[in-house]
Amino acid sequence: MKIKTSYMGLELNSPVVVSACTLSERTDNIVMMEDNGAGAVVLFSLFEEQIRKEEARFKTVVSETTYAFAEALDYFPDLEDYNVGTDDYMEQIRKAKERVNIPIIGSLNGITSEGWIDYSKMMEQAGADGIEVNIFFIPADITMSSSEVEHRYLNIITAIKQAVKIPVAVKLNPYFSATGNMAMRMQNAGADALVLFNRFYQPDFDINELVIRTDLQYSEAGEIRLPLLWIALLYGKMKLSLAATTGVQTATEVIKYILAGADVVMTASSLYKNGIPYLKTLNKELQDWMYMMGFDQLSAFRGSMSQQHVSDPTAYERSNYIRIMGGIS
Amino acid sequence: MSTKKIIATIDGNEAAAYVAYRVNEVCAIYPITPSSTMAELADEWSSKGVKNIWGHIPDVIEMQSEGGAAGTVHGALQTGSLTTTFTASQGLMLMLPNMYKIAGELTPAVFHVAARSLAAQGLSIFGDHQDVMAARTTGFAMLGAASVQEAHDFALIAQVATLRARIPIVHFFDGFRTSHEVNKLEMLRDEQIRAMMKDELVILHRSRALNPDHPFIRGTAQNPDVYFQGRETVNSYYNAMPGIMKEVMQEFEQLTGRHYDLFEYTGAPDATRIIIIMGSGSETVGETVKALNAAGEKTGVITVRLFRPFSLEHFIKAMPSSVQKIAVLDRTKESGASGEPMYQDVLSVLVEALQRGLITRLPNICGGRYGLSSKEFTPAMVKAVFDELKNEHPKNNFTVGINDDVTHTSLSYDPAYTLDESSWRQGLFFGLGADGTVGANKNTIKIIGENTDLYAQGYFVYDSKKSGARTVSHLRFGPQPIRAPYLISKADFIACHQFNFTEKVEMLEFASEGATFLLNSPYDKEEVWNKLSGQLQKLIIDKKIKFYLIDATTVARDNGMSGRINTIMQTCYFALSGVLPKEEAIAQIKKAIEKTYYKKGKKVIEQNFIAVDATLANLYEVNYPKKITAEDHALLTVSDQAPAFVKEVTALMMAGHGDELPVSKMTVDGTYPSGTTKWEKRNISDLVPVWEPDLCIQCGNCAYVCPHSVIRAKFYHEDYIQKAPDGFKSAPINARGFPETKYSLQVYLEDCTGCNLCVEVCPASDPANRSRKAINMGEKEPILEVEKRNIGIFENIPWNDRSKIDFSTVHGAQFLEPLFEFSGACAGCGETPYLKLLSQLFGDRLLVANATGCSSIYGGNLPTTPWAVNAAGRGPAWSNSLFEDNAEFGLGMRITADKQLDMARQYLTIMKEEVGAALADSILNATTVVESELNEQRDRVEQLKLKLAESKHADAPLLLSVADQLVRRSVWLVGGDGWAYDIGYGGLDHALASGRNINILVLDTEVYSNTGGQSSKSTPTAATAKFAAGGKSGGKKDLALQAISYGNVYVARVAFGANPQQTLLAMREAEAYDGPSLILAYSHCIAHGYDLKDGLSQQHKAVSSGHWPLLRYNPVLRKKNQNPFVLDSPRPDISLKDYAYNELRYKVLTLTNPTAAEELMKHAQQLVNLKWKTYEEMATKKASDFVPVA
Repeated sequence: MKIKTSYMGLELNSPVVVSACTLSERTDNIVMMEDNGAGAVVLFSLFEEQIRKEEARFKTVVSETTYAFAEALDYFPDLEDYNVGTDDYMEQIRKAKERVNIPIIGSLNGITSEGWIDYSKMMEQAGADGIEVNIFFIPADITMSSSEVEHRYLNIITAIKQAVKIPVAVKLNPYFSATGNMAMRMQNAGADALVLFNRFYQPDFDINELVIRTDLQYSEAGEIRLPLLWIALLYGKMKLSLAATTGVQTATEVIKYILAGADVVMTASSLYKNGIPYLKTLNKELQDWMYMMGFDQLSAFRGSMSQQHVSDPTAYERSNYIRIMGGIS
Repeated sequence: MSTKKIIATIDGNEAAAYVAYRVNEVCAIYPITPSSTMAELADEWSSKGVKNIWGHIPDVIEMQSEGGAAGTVHGALQTGSLTTTFTASQGLMLMLPNMYKIAGELTPAVFHVAARSLAAQGLSIFGDHQDVMAARTTGFAMLGAASVQEAHDFALIAQVATLRARIPIVHFFDGFRTSHEVNKLEMLRDEQIRAMMKDELVILHRSRALNPDHPFIRGTAQNPDVYFQGRETVNSYYNAMPGIMKEVMQEFEQLTGRHYDLFEYTGAPDATRIIIIMGSGSETVGETVKALNAAGEKTGVITVRLFRPFSLEHFIKAMPSSVQKIAVLDRTKESGASGEPMYQDVLSVLVEALQRGLITRLPNICGGRYGLSSKEFTPAMVKAVFDELKNEHPKNNFTVGINDDVTHTSLSYDPAYTLDESSWRQGLFFGLGADGTVGANKNTIKIIGENTDLYAQGYFVYDSKKSGARTVSHLRFGPQPIRAPYLISKADFIACHQFNFTEKVEMLEFASEGATFLLNSPYDKEEVWNKLSGQLQKLIIDKKIKFYLIDATTVARDNGMSGRINTIMQTCYFALSGVLPKEEAIAQIKKAIEKTYYKKGKKVIEQNFIAVDATLANLYEVNYPKKITAEDHALLTVSDQAPAFVKEVTALMMAGHGDELPVSKMTVDGTYPSGTTKWEKRNISDLVPVWEPDLCIQCGNCAYVCPHSVIRAKFYHEDYIQKAPDGFKSAPINARGFPETKYSLQVYLEDCTGCNLCVEVCPASDPANRSRKAINMGEKEPILEVEKRNIGIFENIPWNDRSKIDFSTVHGAQFLEPLFEFSGACAGCGETPYLKLLSQLFGDRLLVANATGCSSIYGGNLPTTPWAVNAAGRGPAWSNSLFEDNAEFGLGMRITADKQLDMARQYLTIMKEEVGAALADSILNATTVVESELNEQRDRVEQLKLKLAESKHADAPLLLSVADQLVRRSVWLVGGDGWAYDIGYGGLDHALASGRNINILVLDTEVYSNTGGQSSKSTPTAATAKFAAGGKSGGKKDLALQAISYGNVYVARVAFGANPQQTLLAMREAEAYDGPSLILAYSHCIAHGYDLKDGLSQQHKAVSSGHWPLLRYNPVLRKKNQNPFVLDSPRPDISLKDYAYNELRYKVLTLTNPTAAEELMKHAQQLVNLKWKTYEEMATKKASDFVPVA
């Protein structure tokens, strides 16, 4: 049973891809991911502000304690000697590339235009097969118009595409006024793939302590519906690759996403819960299902449940909503 | 082979270490100021794989003390390694025994010494020749360098000479003045070094080594029959040494073109008056001689290079026959001698020369002292010495540079006399330790010194405080080599990097007429004039100052360089100073930026370029009105309440006028009054804690953690504040049953360092606004006057009666008066809260023996000291002996207390009838464990003393002299981990084993904090430190378990930030225990590498991760047949990583060597797990499983 797939020009042995998560901080884990059939690995995210904050924090510590007292002219090595924060990330790309054959995709979460460009270049130089651009941006500034927000996304994509030759995926959020149109414009800006969707940081309140809780929950299977909708809507209308993420707990979600039109399906939560070898289970259950359904390759059913291919395209639109709501009432 | 000159601008330490590293194979060291940098550089080079001239990487090892370093050097030498060490001062003293051995065995080696004062009436880290002079009897040859270039060149000359002569050499240069002066020099190329270092000499050295393949013994014990003869066998080697040294110097000259001689004469060929001097002062004399001779005088100077062996022949050859008067200047003090060492040498060789007919008449010879502890030695002083030599009978044993109004040794001099400085550009920069001013200036020197033909010199002066410390950078540039080892007194450029210095520091006193004054100011060019004091305005007008202004803080912030004003100020200097033409200067600074940031990419470089351009665009000249518009205000005031000594002596030191104090104002034996920090209002933080009485739960946490005793609490009857004006804050005490009792928390805001720990620890916040706590940082300025008044009101409320306070709780402890206050420790210091608590708990009967280190510096560095006195005139009696001997020193205090108590009891028993049997018995039979019992005993002893004063009994005065001991003394031995784990460990172990009632408090920062972050045996696995740059792989010594093994030692491991109650309990238990006790106190430190406002949170994490398990081992429990081992912290619930990687000391390794970091962290976690398992097992054992207490 062939489950090979192509993702933004990269040839993958499986559509199941490990999404950006801390499991990939260890090279041994990446090897295990390959051994258990991961199609590719998106490395943990490089957060620009974290790097800059850390760099600034350490620089402040060093500068404030250097040449301040006659007996102790300094306490730490010169931080100019190395690039705080990014070296180990690039080293991780290099080490992973040495030890595995599957594509390694760097994940970048930037804040400044220099950050996006510089770190993308570094990832390319370190040997990354692709870059996943994680534009984690909440337009909290209410004076910022939707057009400005959209341009911000497009500008980032354009800049990175100009800076690197490796393929670039954009992990985006679903909250655009015209998500489909944005997808198209991102493609036009050069994006090679879209990853649907980013899970925004959504705070919770502790009503006893009156503080904000910032913990991040694992995604659940019930969360797949929004990405499923948009993959199904976009499939066939775009040249770029589509990656689904969020809510993948079992092979069922993998299958659903491919039915909607996903080229690859990403998961991290299921691996945290079940361990990295669970990748093997996902692949096997996908293959078992394909065997049962009589599909010999992914292309045989990819997008078969997309808006283009379902017998009732309105199922994805308002009329469907009315029908469901009417039924309930 | 390139023959191109290598030009560098480096300091003396680096200059010497650069060569020493290249010509040695082993280096055993121990850090000590001002030599530490040499060892640190050697270690850094070794860890980076830099090779010596034979292609090997030298092995650099940090030892537990200089004694240990010398032993290791000796062993390595005896087995054939080319071995060196770097040291100074007390370090050299600890090496003396081995130096006799090394010299006695004719072993080639060079010890590089940054010469420093010795601890006598006080410790001093600064430069003079007391240490090397104390080593002159060891048999080492002594070669003195006078400049940075010489420190570099002599490192090689010494190494070659020692191999040829087989006599070990102390190569020394002046601590700080040369070791820390940055100067432009020509570096030796490796092939030059190689050409001097002949392999056959190295092989010969190895051939003399201990070797089981052809064995012999060395180091025998000898008897009266042969020892004497044996000592005389070396004479021929010493006789040959001067000739060998001269030969090496000549070869060196052939290779490099730089001429040196054993005794180097410069001056008039027919000079009648000369000075003989050694070290950096010879440069000052040499330059002054030129000026005097140009004015028609006939003076000269003999610079002594090879002081030991002192060669008569070479000396006589160097001295012009015309000389009639000689002044020998020694930078040392040998009390009781008929003269200082070099004076005596000169005297004896000249007498001998006369006797042998080498000279025809004896010149008039006098000796004098100068420059002790880096005291300035200026051309004016040199002139005074030459002027003195004009007298028929010049003063002998004179001093110069001070005013000795007691024994009248000092020569007067005219401070206005200077040399022609017109070819120099001289800049003075006033900054804060934390603002990067010194770093920027070092960079400036490098840029100009290494990229232009100009010569450069930089010297940096730091104050003695660790928080809010000021720095003054002295920069000179000129077309000729700069030989001026003294501070700038007339600058053509003065920069003030902190606006508030305009009120505190006399800066423009040092400005020459027409000088440029650059001020970093938040006020614009229109406003600024009226913000300056009258004095400053007057100086600006009188000296026709060109006044420039920049708002560097804003420019930095606007250009993404927030907080980094140093680059902005540096750019201004380049633009204004005229050292280089402006365009070239800016081009140079941009070139330097490119070089610095090339790794960071174009964007970063461009950002810096933009900042440079923005600086120039925002640099304004101030057209001041040429009239004074502001009133004068005193630069520094000491309250009228201050004692006379503080007003007359301390205040002058505080104001930077300590140099002006005459000898008569000094105490004769190093004794100073306690508690003087209270008179020095430093006002170093603009943000201070502001108390919110309505929210406060009166827990006392803030007062407990405050490192500077700035927050104090009292409860009192409301009548005390009935007449208090509005604005005095109070709240009803939150204990039931005291309706008329108020509680006040007073912040001494002028003494606050703004560390934020109080806010971090505050548990109470406003339910309506969680960010508003019961204590918050707020602007000082608006509340300053009201709060100063409030402090007065607060101080008029008496401290709470100690016997009525339950200070077994943190809440209760806040009401105890701190007798350790306002120290110069770092903002957020993790050590001082322990000392403050110590002073609160036992202060009025406390004796402190303090090991040298951070705690002795913030605890005892003049001008002001923090150990204070209560209203009854009692308080901690504090002393520092040395670094290595503190346990023994403290033990001595205990023995005195015990002995004198015995004596007092004996006398009292004899005098029972005289003083009244009831009183005597009550004193003799008193139990003095709890505070109320101690108070009662104190009252009884006071009654006794009154009776004794009136008694005619022969023993009455004797009993009176020891009667104070009848109130139990609390003896505490305090120091850091460098003392307890390393240099003082042997003594500490012995003191613990003594069974005596001593209390040892180890302020454990896990690193040498005072000397700049060197690894100690307390440094934990996986942390980096100097000498453990690759991460420490070995384990941290478990001093607690070692002490527990004695069975009769009370041991506690505490962390006040994690469990203040346990800390309090441990201190009280330790003190109450009638035997030795050891408290290991976790102390967060700037050397850990994070903002210390998070210190308490890191203490929590240290405990939660199991890195620092809290425990107590109480032998009293063992006596009661209970398990004496109590584990006070719960099982670890976070990983070591979660604690460690918040700190740069750990994190840095993940950036430099992630693989090693991961492996070491894994190993460290295993150690933590194992240790915890051990402790847990101990905590569940039976009493009988532990050593019984006799």
